[in-house]
Amino acid sequence: MTMEKRLVLTGNSAAAEAAALCRPDVIAAYPITPQSSVVEHLAQMVYDGDLDAELVQVESEHTAMSVVQGAAVGGGRTFTATSSQGLALMYEPYFRMSTLRLPTVMAIASREMTSPETIWSGQQDAVSVREAGWIQMFCESNQEIVDMIIQGYKISEHPDVCIPVNVCYDGFYSSHSISGVSLPGQADVDAFLPSYSKNYSAILDPNKALALDPMTPGNLLMKYRQNHLASMQNALGVIDQTDQDFAKKFGRSYGGLIEEYRCDDADIVIVTMGSMTGAGKDAIDAARDDGIRAGLIKLRFYRPFPAARMVNALKGKKAFCVMDRSVCFGWDKGSMYVEILAALSASAEKYSYFSAIGGLGGADISLEDFLQLITQLNRIKNTPGEHKTH
Amino acid sequence: MREIRLHGKGGQGVVKASQIVVQAAENCGLFGQFIPFFGVERKGSKVYGYLRVDRQEIRQKTQIYYPDIVLILDDSLLNMPETYAGLKQGGTVIINTAKDFERLSIPDNAGQVIAVDGSSISETQLGRNLPNTAMLGALAHALTLIDKEHLFNAIEQVFDVKNRQAAEIAYNSARVFNGEGVA
Repeated sequence: MTMEKRLVLTGNSAAAEAAALCRPDVIAAYPITPQSSVVEHLAQMVYDGDLDAELVQVESEHTAMSVVQGAAVGGGRTFTATSSQGLALMYEPYFRMSTLRLPTVMAIASREMTSPETIWSGQQDAVSVREAGWIQMFCESNQEIVDMIIQGYKISEHPDVCIPVNVCYDGFYSSHSISGVSLPGQADVDAFLPSYSKNYSAILDPNKALALDPMTPGNLLMKYRQNHLASMQNALGVIDQTDQDFAKKFGRSYGGLIEEYRCDDADIVIVTMGSMTGAGKDAIDAARDDGIRAGLIKLRFYRPFPAARMVNALKGKKAFCVMDRSVCFGWDKGSMYVEILAALSASAEKYSYFSAIGGLGGADISLEDFLQLITQLNRIKNTPGEHKTH
Repeated sequence: MREIRLHGKGGQGVVKASQIVVQAAENCGLFGQFIPFFGVERKGSKVYGYLRVDRQEIRQKTQIYYPDIVLILDDSLLNMPETYAGLKQGGTVIINTAKDFERLSIPDNAGQVIAVDGSSISETQLGRNLPNTAMLGALAHALTLIDKEHLFNAIEQVFDVKNRQAAEIAYNSARVFNGEGVA
């Protein structure tokens, strides 16, 4: 825990500084609001000689992901970042990145999907690609962005995982928010994150000719998928362990897959994800002052979905509400809500619960919004079953 | 916690001014947080800023509905309904303006009004209409958690001594009206 630097940074600059500390070999990205300043910051660092990385200017996000994919197949550590429409354009190589099992970290400054035309925040972009085989986690604060990019490489490159990681944070509310952050020292990051070991058998090397990813018959492909699924489950343990290892080295722990806030004796619980969590915690404190036994669960990792820990955290509670910043078309509910009900399965019937959706297209999720959810939860807590959001 | 809402137009330095305040908070062991809200990202479009300073860590990342201070960088925004909305009883209004007090549409519940011609000061001092650092000079009259010296040091740290001087001039030439019912 030596030599942390205290800096005042935006979320995007925090992401860039953290990525630089991880010593990426290759960076490729295409600008898109609200992510652009991540890459601008990294480009400046490379130009100033503060970062020794190959920065490739590309003409689209599809190419950005293809470039880092090529570099990763060559054994390099890579970084990129995007948002919304850029992520959508990247979808084809995005899927291939995870199914080729190539470690990397990609920041997503999450933004609503058009239409209606919008450039503002929302988690629909990242949430919509949750079945593309990546690990996805969501940050609450600028400090968490720094710490999770560093942890992201550790998790992604873990031999039992080998899955790329998205470190997501809310556009504007996090990407452009300015606050003080502690930036770990380079030597400490080097010790925590040894240089990327290139000891996979399938590494592209001009001196050792090799064709990668040939046409693969279904029965073999099924085996690859099975391995991918198993590795995703391995990640559950690796994520919690990495949180503990990080805490030992840097003194900050986030709870791993989920964070439980004042849940121990809580009757009612709000589930959040991302930057909305801070206002949620303030609302919990206010409710506690009024004698309401309220708690909060912050879902940190959306993939792999921490079903067991979520079910355990909700055990013994009377009522819960899930606050989503994205929608699940076809279920008429929030995305995270649907997954939590899947995790609870039949045991859901013991609870009083409802789905809340807010913060789409840059809309605020205010302290007042959370206080209203708590009031509503407190009112329905002894009437088990699904309730409507008012 | 002190909650300050900034109203400006793209290019006037709402973001940089706020970054300086967060830096000043950081420098004196306090916590600062700023969230901007842009229209489209080009010069002249409306920019809102939500700036908080506190003795403890600031968790909520939300807009500010009930500001202690409203800092207005452009007096063409005075008649926008959102400009004075939610100002706390006895709160402070700070305006970049050369207009007479009577023409500022000050809400009845304001407890303090600080008016200064930050645009002219910046034009003289910096050669451009960049009123943000001058307006920080006006803010120094009202920002109780951070003292003037720390704030002005942060201006020099983030920008330069010329911007610090702009803030000094604004601090000294600001028209300050105090007391309940200043309007």
